[in-house]
Amino acid sequence: MHNKDFFFQAFVYLMAAVLSVPIAKRLGLGSVLGYLIAGVIIGPFVLGFVGNEGSDDVMHFAEFGVVMMLFLIGLELQPFLLWRLRVPILGLGGLQVLVTTLLVTVLSLVFGLSWQIGLAIGMILSLSSTAIVLQTLNEKGLMKTEGGQSSFSVLLFQDIAVIPMFALLPLLAMKNGTTASLVANGVIFVAAEQQKASVPGWQQALLVMVTVGGIIVAGRFLMRPVFRFIAATRLQEIFTATALLLVIAIALAMQQVGLSPALGTFVAGVVLADNEYRHELETNIEPFKGLLLGLFFISVGASINFDLLIQQPLLILGLVIGLAIIKFAVLFGLGWLFKLEASQNLLFAFALAQGGEFAFVLFSFATKNNVLTTSVGGILVAVVALSMVLTPLIMLINEKFVQSRFVTTTVEREADTIHDNENPVIIAGFGRFGQIVGRLLIANGFKATVLDHNPTQIDMLRRFGFKVYYGDASRIDLLHTAGARQAKLFVLAIDDREKTIETVDRVRKHFPHLKILARAIDRNHAYELIRRGVEVVERETFGSALDMGVEALKLLGLRSYRAHRAGNTFKNHDEEALRELADIEGDHTLWVARSRQLAKQLEQLLRSDDEDLTHEVDRAWDISDLQKNS
Amino acid sequence: MGSSNQILILFAHPALEKSRVNRPLIQAVQGLASVTVHDLYEAYPNFHIDVKFEQDLLVAHNIIVFQHPFYWYSSPAILKEWLDLVLQHGFAYGHRGTALHGKKLLSAITTGGSKQAYCREGYNYFSIQELLVPFEQTARLCGMEYLPPFVVHETHQLQEQHQIAKHADDYRTAIIGLRDNTINWELLKQFKQLNQNLAEVIKIQEAPHHA
Repeated sequence: MHNKDFFFQAFVYLMAAVLSVPIAKRLGLGSVLGYLIAGVIIGPFVLGFVGNEGSDDVMHFAEFGVVMMLFLIGLELQPFLLWRLRVPILGLGGLQVLVTTLLVTVLSLVFGLSWQIGLAIGMILSLSSTAIVLQTLNEKGLMKTEGGQSSFSVLLFQDIAVIPMFALLPLLAMKNGTTASLVANGVIFVAAEQQKASVPGWQQALLVMVTVGGIIVAGRFLMRPVFRFIAATRLQEIFTATALLLVIAIALAMQQVGLSPALGTFVAGVVLADNEYRHELETNIEPFKGLLLGLFFISVGASINFDLLIQQPLLILGLVIGLAIIKFAVLFGLGWLFKLEASQNLLFAFALAQGGEFAFVLFSFATKNNVLTTSVGGILVAVVALSMVLTPLIMLINEKFVQSRFVTTTVEREADTIHDNENPVIIAGFGRFGQIVGRLLIANGFKATVLDHNPTQIDMLRRFGFKVYYGDASRIDLLHTAGARQAKLFVLAIDDREKTIETVDRVRKHFPHLKILARAIDRNHAYELIRRGVEVVERETFGSALDMGVEALKLLGLRSYRAHRAGNTFKNHDEEALRELADIEGDHTLWVARSRQLAKQLEQLLRSDDEDLTHEVDRAWDISDLQKNS
Repeated sequence: MGSSNQILILFAHPALEKSRVNRPLIQAVQGLASVTVHDLYEAYPNFHIDVKFEQDLLVAHNIIVFQHPFYWYSSPAILKEWLDLVLQHGFAYGHRGTALHGKKLLSAITTGGSKQAYCREGYNYFSIQELLVPFEQTARLCGMEYLPPFVVHETHQLQEQHQIAKHADDYRTAIIGLRDNTINWELLKQFKQLNQNLAEVIKIQEAPHHA
């Protein structure tokens, strides 16, 4: 890296991101476009802070962001959801790759290229950008829509299809000279070739099966105790380290057996999707994924070869537009065939009408294998990069000018699908207090997402069939992943005074729609919560202590009903007093005076209610009185 | 004539969420001007009735409606609790209990049985009027005028939406009539049920007095 040391590089990349992404977001362009523009600006053709050779290294490092993204997507997808998507994945995804490849091949033949070259280009261009599309869809909250799900299915199929492409490309080579040993050195996209050279095919297949099987078995049975053990240390950074270790280990293992690490981590994610530590895992990996993906987008921006663009502007622009039109047409046609609703079909077709990051690796792979000439490869890489840069813009145009015609239908759809995806209630803290709330809700058929940070507790509850997740409820990112945006109620039942207040403030700020029901440790804690406008404040010992008071009254000789009624009167009065005193708690003298007044008032109230009741019941059918009256 | 009445509807239904008939009825009168709907089971889930509050409500209205399903020839439990606690001696009856004098009381009830079931030959033996006597006498003791009840019979037979809607419309018409004083009170006394001759009771009033 020449004289530019590591810190300088990091400074440039981070500075570019910090400056451009917020501006892009403010302008409504989305973060992806911000990163891409930042890349262009610091790249060799504008400011030249990062050169091509440097950004190549960075790119390989940044590709790890894609691996993490697929892991996180896997975490979101329980196996049954994946099974439900099998038709779009195989049908929509498969046909998309097939039809696009054929169309491009035919076009190449028309333009006088050989069928081998045409087929290679067709395969590579049939891929779309998982990173850009998913990030943009996520950011716009469109992942759960029909169009978003279809896009996801197609991208998933494409990511799988990369593997056979690596196998097929060398077969298309013009001269059967230097073969498979030349492999792209990308961290992720390693093909099976290098292993095949030394190991027989059946062994290779066995190795793959053992590795994938190992991931599934370990994910199912081994990870739970491991996470429990790690969580018991209560060291946040060690949990983060474990999460990263897990992803890197899987990536390495997959690379060893010659599969795509992105695919491997995806499978691992799916396996871990119903693990109770899922939310915590997501939360820990999310920031790394975000930054690495950002880095990846920056390096895509920086890698655009403006020299080529200046030399042959018409050819390259023409190819970019042509690529977009072909892909759009194929996708739209397939969407129509699979009965996507018009607005969703447009979203789907616009979203995926670009080349993908795999194309960079595959083009260099194809060039090294003598399938394509360097000049053709270079031009196509520029075309793909440009089409990727344009994607967020195209989606913005779709959102602003096309989707606005379908407003009602998209809104309905969104609300619909999100609804059954996450639970309406989040319970933070599932100890002796939260459990009672949770059991009542669950017994009444209301689903609740439960967060708790006590690993032994979680373990015990799991045996009783509760869905409990490990995590610190005051973390906004964790609440995000737990579905706070869709939830209606937030039951705050943790037994930490300060943490409760802190969580209330954060939840109020980030999820103002959530109704908060909070457990107060004592009266003073209750004052603080009331002043923060918490909807329901319940003093943790008040209810049961009151019950005991009522029992005491009975043992002192009061009739049950009388005691019960006295308890209720006391409760109503005390709750009113609590709310009133919360307002004046700061003024000590006033508070003491008013408290005394209220206590006296309560005494009178109880006494008069007692008198009324006994009096009334006695006199209710006092006939002499009635006769006097008539 | 024409002066507006304040109506208080004391509504008692322990499972409103399952109600097919009472819910449309109460919805039909909810939000009407000068009409206060007071859902007792909602206000007092633990039967802890706030006596003072209830008495103030009564004083502020001059037509009181007990709306409820006709459970076991009477009201759901909470309304009985309400009667026991709220209609205190010295407030509602007794030599100084004149707070309710001159007000009107209406029972608005729903029954599963048909009208024919409520007669000597029917399986309920007594008529609705006879069974409602405790309410009538309660009104009398409190110096109130007891109106012929609003009764929806055979709720199980009301399967079609429009059948229920018809009763809800009637109820709304009746409540508005009571509120706006467009009821011919003298004529009403001759009928056994308010909604039996509703059009007549309200329509005749439209004709001027000299007729």
